[in-house]
Amino acid sequence: MLFNDPSPLEVKILTRRLGLPNSASIETNLANGGYKSFEKALEMTQDQIIQEVKDSNLRGRGGAGFPTGMKWGFVPRQSPKPKYIVVNADESEPGTCKDRVLIENDPHLLIEGCLIAAQAVGAKAGYIYVRGEYRYLIGILDKAIGEAYARGYLGKNILGRGVDFDLYTHTGAGAYECGEESALLESLEGKRGQPRIRPPFPAVAGLYQCPTVLNNVETYCAVPSIIEMGGKAWAALGIPKAGGTKLTCLTGHVNRTGVYELPLGFPVEKMINEVGGGIRGGKKMKAFIPGGSSCPVLTGEEAWPLTMDYDSMAKAGTMLGSGGVIIMDEDTDMVKAALRIMHFYAHESCGWCIPCREGTAWLKKLLTRLNEGVGTAKDVDLVGDLADNMLGKTFCPLGDAAALPTASIVRKFRHEFEAKLARAQAAVPGMANNPFAIV
Amino acid sequence: MTFSPELEAKLEKLMNSYPPGRKKSALIPMLMFTQDEVGSITQELVEEVARRIGIPTVQVDEVVTYYSMLHRKPMGKHHIQVCTNISCLLWNGDELYEHAREKLGIGHKEVTADGMFSLEEVECMGACSWAPAIQVNYDFHHHVTKEKLDQIIDSLRKLR
Amino acid sequence: MADLVNLTINGRAIQTPAGTLVIDAAKKAGIEIPAFCYYEGYSLQAACRMCLVEVEKMPKLQAACTLPAGEGMVVRTESEPVVKTRKSMLEFLLANHPLDCPVCDKGGECELQDMSFRYGVGESRFTEMKHHVDEKQWSPVVFYDGPRCILCYRCVRVCNEGMGVSALGVINRGEQSLITPNFEDHLECDECGMCIDICPVGALTSGTYRYRTRPWEMKHTGTICAFCSDGCKTTLGTRGHEIIRGNNRDRSGINGEFLCMKGRYAFDFIEHPERLTSPLMKVNGKLEPVSWAKALEAVARKFTEVKTRGGRFGIAASTKTTNEENYYLQKFARQGLGTNNIDHHRSGDVVALIDALNGRADALATMQDVYTMTASLVIASDLAQEHPLIAFQLRANNRHHQSNTYTVTKGPVREDKYAAASIRCEEGGELEAVAGLREQLSKEKELLVIFGGAIKGEAVGKLVAFGDSLGIPVKYICLVDYSNSRGAMDMGLLPDLGPGYEPVDQPGMTLPGMMAASDLDVLWVVGSNPLARYELASPGAFVVVQEMFLTETAARADIVLPASAAYEKAGTLTNVTGECQKLHAAGRTMGAKPDLEILGLIAREMGLNLGIWSSSNVFEEIRKSVRGYNIPLPIIATGQAAQTNPVKGGVPLRPRPDLIQPAGNTLFTSGSLGRYSKKLTSVIEYPGQLYRP
Ligand SMILES: Cc1cc2nc3c(=O)[nH]c(=O)nc-3n(C[C@H](O)[C@H](O)[C@H](O)COP(=O)(O)O)c2cc1C
Ligand code: SF4
Ligand code: FES
Repeated sequence: MLFNDPSPLEVKILTRRLGLPNSASIETNLANGGYKSFEKALEMTQDQIIQEVKDSNLRGRGGAGFPTGMKWGFVPRQSPKPKYIVVNADESEPGTCKDRVLIENDPHLLIEGCLIAAQAVGAKAGYIYVRGEYRYLIGILDKAIGEAYARGYLGKNILGRGVDFDLYTHTGAGAYECGEESALLESLEGKRGQPRIRPPFPAVAGLYQCPTVLNNVETYCAVPSIIEMGGKAWAALGIPKAGGTKLTCLTGHVNRTGVYELPLGFPVEKMINEVGGGIRGGKKMKAFIPGGSSCPVLTGEEAWPLTMDYDSMAKAGTMLGSGGVIIMDEDTDMVKAALRIMHFYAHESCGWCIPCREGTAWLKKLLTRLNEGVGTAKDVDLVGDLADNMLGKTFCPLGDAAALPTASIVRKFRHEFEAKLARAQAAVPGMANNPFAIV
Repeated sequence: MTFSPELEAKLEKLMNSYPPGRKKSALIPMLMFTQDEVGSITQELVEEVARRIGIPTVQVDEVVTYYSMLHRKPMGKHHIQVCTNISCLLWNGDELYEHAREKLGIGHKEVTADGMFSLEEVECMGACSWAPAIQVNYDFHHHVTKEKLDQIIDSLRKLR
Repeated sequence: MADLVNLTINGRAIQTPAGTLVIDAAKKAGIEIPAFCYYEGYSLQAACRMCLVEVEKMPKLQAACTLPAGEGMVVRTESEPVVKTRKSMLEFLLANHPLDCPVCDKGGECELQDMSFRYGVGESRFTEMKHHVDEKQWSPVVFYDGPRCILCYRCVRVCNEGMGVSALGVINRGEQSLITPNFEDHLECDECGMCIDICPVGALTSGTYRYRTRPWEMKHTGTICAFCSDGCKTTLGTRGHEIIRGNNRDRSGINGEFLCMKGRYAFDFIEHPERLTSPLMKVNGKLEPVSWAKALEAVARKFTEVKTRGGRFGIAASTKTTNEENYYLQKFARQGLGTNNIDHHRSGDVVALIDALNGRADALATMQDVYTMTASLVIASDLAQEHPLIAFQLRANNRHHQSNTYTVTKGPVREDKYAAASIRCEEGGELEAVAGLREQLSKEKELLVIFGGAIKGEAVGKLVAFGDSLGIPVKYICLVDYSNSRGAMDMGLLPDLGPGYEPVDQPGMTLPGMMAASDLDVLWVVGSNPLARYELASPGAFVVVQEMFLTETAARADIVLPASAAYEKAGTLTNVTGECQKLHAAGRTMGAKPDLEILGLIAREMGLNLGIWSSSNVFEEIRKSVRGYNIPLPIIATGQAAQTNPVKGGVPLRPRPDLIQPAGNTLFTSGSLGRYSKKLTSVIEYPGQLYRP
């Protein structure tokens, strides 16, 4: 099933089999080029595979954008311990819904990506960590895995080539923090999803303290086409330093929300107006988040001239993130938006470290009050201050994820906070001049 | 505690998914799957899971209280989860949630008197491009309007 | 030795072994980096973020508690961003923290208070509702006040890693996170109170101490625990004469910060309402209070009379009285009364070990050896129940140095969890089981053998012979049960051996021998309760008992002399590893007297000259005359432990393995003393639960 109509502007590499009848079945997959890249990879050395991935300029699609080839290169060649492949299908960054589309429509693409990664580092087993809410995807994946076993693509002595690889699904149970790689590993080991001290990184000590390749679903799904096209050709789909295509989730106030595969470096304006069919109701864009609610918010004016890639977004003071684009039109209440975003992080903070645990909870309370118009200008400063005190000081990046959008909203939309306070206080006689007005 | 044969088979497969000595890895999936059948994470279930995995119950408690989809109290037969996170909020997910509250007469994590429905305001569930979205148990419903929500609830009610 | 690296902290050049954490490197250089969650010896958390410091060339502030010192690192711990961050962490911490310092037990000793004072800001910007949960009682001794908890996870780690119990966990997430006990609403654990002690704030409080006083209103006395033979140092906090708190505040002594339930809470026996405060004399078959003068006079008269007519004395000595008291008592018996009929309840065959070692002075292990030796073999003892400190040290050794532990026990023991090999065997089969470990053991670099009372008589010699045959250095600990069981032997409370295991000319009667004799004229019992285990066969025996309580034996006495508890007197004790430490009086019970004083007064009343009965005088005599006790005074005087080494070339043995009877105490029982501690008896859960799979 497709979730939305494709756009003619898409460059369909990862999503090319989407829309084919029965696209999730191994028959459709094999009939349309599936597992060919894996067979090709079987002919390649580990170094060759990793080199192709390095050449492709593929950067992790989970949000952090770390170069994938480099990450695979960190896995020790010789290891007395087993090595593992772990797929991050936790997809819980607000605004993001792309991994789901890939798994639902072409699960074999993910399996093939895992097989190639396993080949590249010498792993014999892998786990797909699927967020609890995506239970139905487990059924789809288990079926596809079963098909792959039946056809000899998984299991012992794969395709008679003396290679072993087992792949399992694993369900989460509702925790955003389990998308963070080390928390995911903890969760996969049956514990609270609390992040680990890093270093060591998963490539050296991951699942069960063994060397582990941990990537996002989309990252693995990009690998077969990299092997097929060659890394350099794949890189050329994008722009220098950022290769290939990226699944982009258009959400919020555009006419045609949906998931689209766009080459990196795609202009924001074209993305909103042509792929997304423009802002809903012909309104103006007030705010723009490029890659999930953890990214600093841009104003409409800031966003329009940019392109969708890592460097362009970094220059504008935000991040490409997960590809979850959130578009807010001129009528959006930014105080309410800030509150809702903080509501999320306060709910999802694992509680491990002080600044995140206390900071998110405090900010949520404070923003709740400000959203109701209770408070003073000093409280608005406090929001920015507290966010600042969290930023870069928390144990894992969740604290930053909470602080960044909040700090940017206060900085860029301060007038909305003040207007709200003024409106509420004007409604209460005598309130405006009351020195004790902080309730 | 015994479970249905289907669930037992599933649990056995689960236990075999992890390397020797790593049984604890099965904890969270086991809680999810058994909760689906039992209805909630009862104390008896905590003890059973702890026994099967071979860990103290406190380690199960630690996990149960951490994950938002694991419930100590039984939820309704149809657990309606309305996302009000940012992308859904921009498509009035909050109003949809208010509507569900009124329609069902219950609040966050509450259950109707007949045990048929429960309601939860949830965080982003990965349906952002098709907002506003809800989940009824594990089934997604996209682009949900108030009318569509009414229909869903009404048809579930008829189902009994 | 690890390679050294050079770094600068606050402009100061520092050299430290590679891998040292920056927080430790700074500490060694006298630079304090504040921390809540970092705790030496336990796993790293990096959760409190108090220790964030600036490191050149690193983009963000770094947690000094997890950052290994690197070559050329330039660290700043007091720069503006660091100080600002520290302040903000405290602000975050205090946001939901109740400001109930005026009533909080921790006030005055609270790390959060101290940090706020040193680094915090005076004003609070938090004007929202504080998150509240009610305080909970988890056991007779452990209370948890959630809002005060700063979630440093020290308690969880000390319970998990330090105690090997894992009774604490964390539930919920985010701001709702709380520490939780292992059984939903209550704890089933060792009740050691280590979690309370290690808690930097007043979140965990103790059932004995909470809301009773403030730390600065107490007098703190460092003394030695009166219960098992491990000999932990405990600091007793007293207000007036009342002991209110036990902990090991200054973390000194052989136990560092360790204390078990008994050491921490069971001091309450000393104020039990049934405590004897006046001498008692049997009048018309009933014990009646009399004056000390009258009682002493009666005892002396009887003793003199029996001595003069050449009657028979039997003396049952104690495993809890001080070395000085023991020494003086045997001198009283041998010189004053002319008898070798003196014995005590023996719980381990130390004599056989001394004999088997045959003069090898380096074969008796110290408590430090338990923590440092690379391998140990535990035979016939459930250490976690019977010897909590040894068990704790062994775990720490395994955790910090990856030492190997082997267990040969009847039932499952806590050490099994990390043991290199565990063998179950019935009593009597131990040596055979140990022989099966030969191959593994001989591959070790060195070995510490810890054996319980089931290894006695000839078995001890065989065990030592086995140790010798391994071809590696081997040290031994012969386990005994009570606070001065070891001292009782060393001081010669034995019918056949005098102080320092010197044979006597005419061996006297053993304890069961005295009890079974039908012609005993006097049974003199000092701090023990033989009637709890034996019948007294002599119907006409005149029984004199020095005791704290009206035990079975005291109830049968003709005269009872109320004795002071270990916490009420001075003197020395020798622990299971032969380490001699000093007792200091913390409390006082009016009417009771230390046993040494009682002995002295009886002697004076009888006109005997046995020397001055002050503990320092007697200790001097012991140092001069008892083998192995010529220990350096400064060590003892400064509250440290001095190892005694009474080995000699063989002891002429009359092996009596039947006399070795381990008490089989658990964490919550300790002979008659334990019965009089309300705290001990209130803890009903049996920690054996934890062993079940
Ligand atoms: C709080 C937090 C949540 C995250 N959630 C996700 C997620 O849901 N899915 C994901 O793939 N990566 C997520 N990440 C990123 C992962 O930590 C990790 O960088 C990624 O899975 C690595 O794969 P990649 O290199 O292929 O992107 C999250 C990171 C943080 C800090
Ligand atoms: S109870 Fe005390 S020791 Fe335990 S986490 Fe809380 S503050 Fe730390
Ligand atoms: S001491 Fe470093 S974070 Fe707590």
